[in-house]
Amino acid sequence: MDKRRQSAVEILKEVKNGSTIMISGFGEAGVPNTLLSQLKEIHPTNLTIIVNSVTRPHSLPHALIEADMVSKVITTSARGRGKGLSKFEEKLRDGEIELECLPQGTFSERIRAGGAGIPAFFSPVGYGTRLGEGKETKNIQGKDCILEEALTGDYALVSANKADRYGNVNFSYTQMNFGPIMATACKTTIVEVRQLLEQPMPHNHIQLPSVYVDHLIQSEEINHESQ
Amino acid sequence: MSLNKNQMAWRASQDLKSGSVVNLGLGTPVLVSNFVESSRNIFFQSENGILGVGPEATQEEANPNLVDAGSRKVTLMPGASIFDSAASFSMIRGGHVDVTILGSFEVSVGGDLANWDSGVPDKAPLVGGAMDLAVSAKTTWVLMQHNTKDNRSRLVEHCSLPLTAKNCVERIYTDIAVIDVTSGGFLTRELISSVSEEELRNRTSGYIKLANDCRELKAPYIGN
Repeated sequence: MDKRRQSAVEILKEVKNGSTIMISGFGEAGVPNTLLSQLKEIHPTNLTIIVNSVTRPHSLPHALIEADMVSKVITTSARGRGKGLSKFEEKLRDGEIELECLPQGTFSERIRAGGAGIPAFFSPVGYGTRLGEGKETKNIQGKDCILEEALTGDYALVSANKADRYGNVNFSYTQMNFGPIMATACKTTIVEVRQLLEQPMPHNHIQLPSVYVDHLIQSEEINHESQ
Repeated sequence: MSLNKNQMAWRASQDLKSGSVVNLGLGTPVLVSNFVESSRNIFFQSENGILGVGPEATQEEANPNLVDAGSRKVTLMPGASIFDSAASFSMIRGGHVDVTILGSFEVSVGGDLANWDSGVPDKAPLVGGAMDLAVSAKTTWVLMQHNTKDNRSRLVEHCSLPLTAKNCVERIYTDIAVIDVTSGGFLTRELISSVSEEELRNRTSGYIKLANDCRELKAPYIGN
């Protein structure tokens, strides 16, 4: 078995308009810049992107929005940096893009649930707030909760440190963030890594098991401010 | 005269118990860690997936893969661990974080917190981990200026901005006072000497009184 590929371009060309794409990354760590720049070239449209943050106007997730490829964003952090409006905020104001803003723990857990076969769960987070409006409520063990449904996607784009040919993945420090859960929740997972290994990785270095990974590519050095 | 941000952060740092697990919000709260000696064994949790955040990294130490939730390049303390986002919020929602110190726009007399949507027209929301932390940490403190730039009180009868969580704030550290949220209203534990009780009342909306043992709020000189 060998999941290493020379390039992800042929795989990304199969991304259909209207697909849902999860994108890993928190701060500069773990943003799949090689995959995102290739996806931007291929330019599928009407995408739903599931990404922690679209606050940085010069990041590649935001660049997909600027390139008119995105119709819906599911995120925890949508406010553009600075006082002026980001391109995303302009599109939001003009009704050209849809936003679903989620508490970060709910965002993570909905993705985890999506990969773990849990269709929905009750959480106290967001109860009685604007983000809980319209959601089913229930008092459980004395706590007011709202029902949150699992999130799944067509593609997970993840950045990591090392991977072996089988698809076992290791992350560097806080690069891990959303990568391991997004990989579980999507039909196809593509991971870009700093280093592709010929030999199997020692089992205790593996932070994302091979079963969740479909394709591996080598990251290219991209001089681009990440999100 | 009032406390500057570093002095406010210093004051809050004095109340953290040795050995506790603490999550600091973005902005002024993150300064709190600058005033906690490592001998106190306090573990700072960062919701992107670190338990044991150390000081901000120097330029030589900086690793773009080692950042905190404010995207600062940081170091790790001895005994630190790193985990994914779902595990991080299991830690938070599961009640394993002792204290969270958050910034805020408003806190109500009932302890309601409004800190995620500034209400500026057309600016999109940014909630991050604030709701998860406010609902789930064992203790929620707020570190914020007492008044807005146009002199409105940030301590209010009812929050006018969208809520982060209801009835979660226990203590507020402002530039002029340390205030507990109690069933009997805002209770001032410490007040800066340059502000009289009357001025405090005038600068606060919502019922506020001085504790019987209210002390002077003091902090060492620390530059901004």
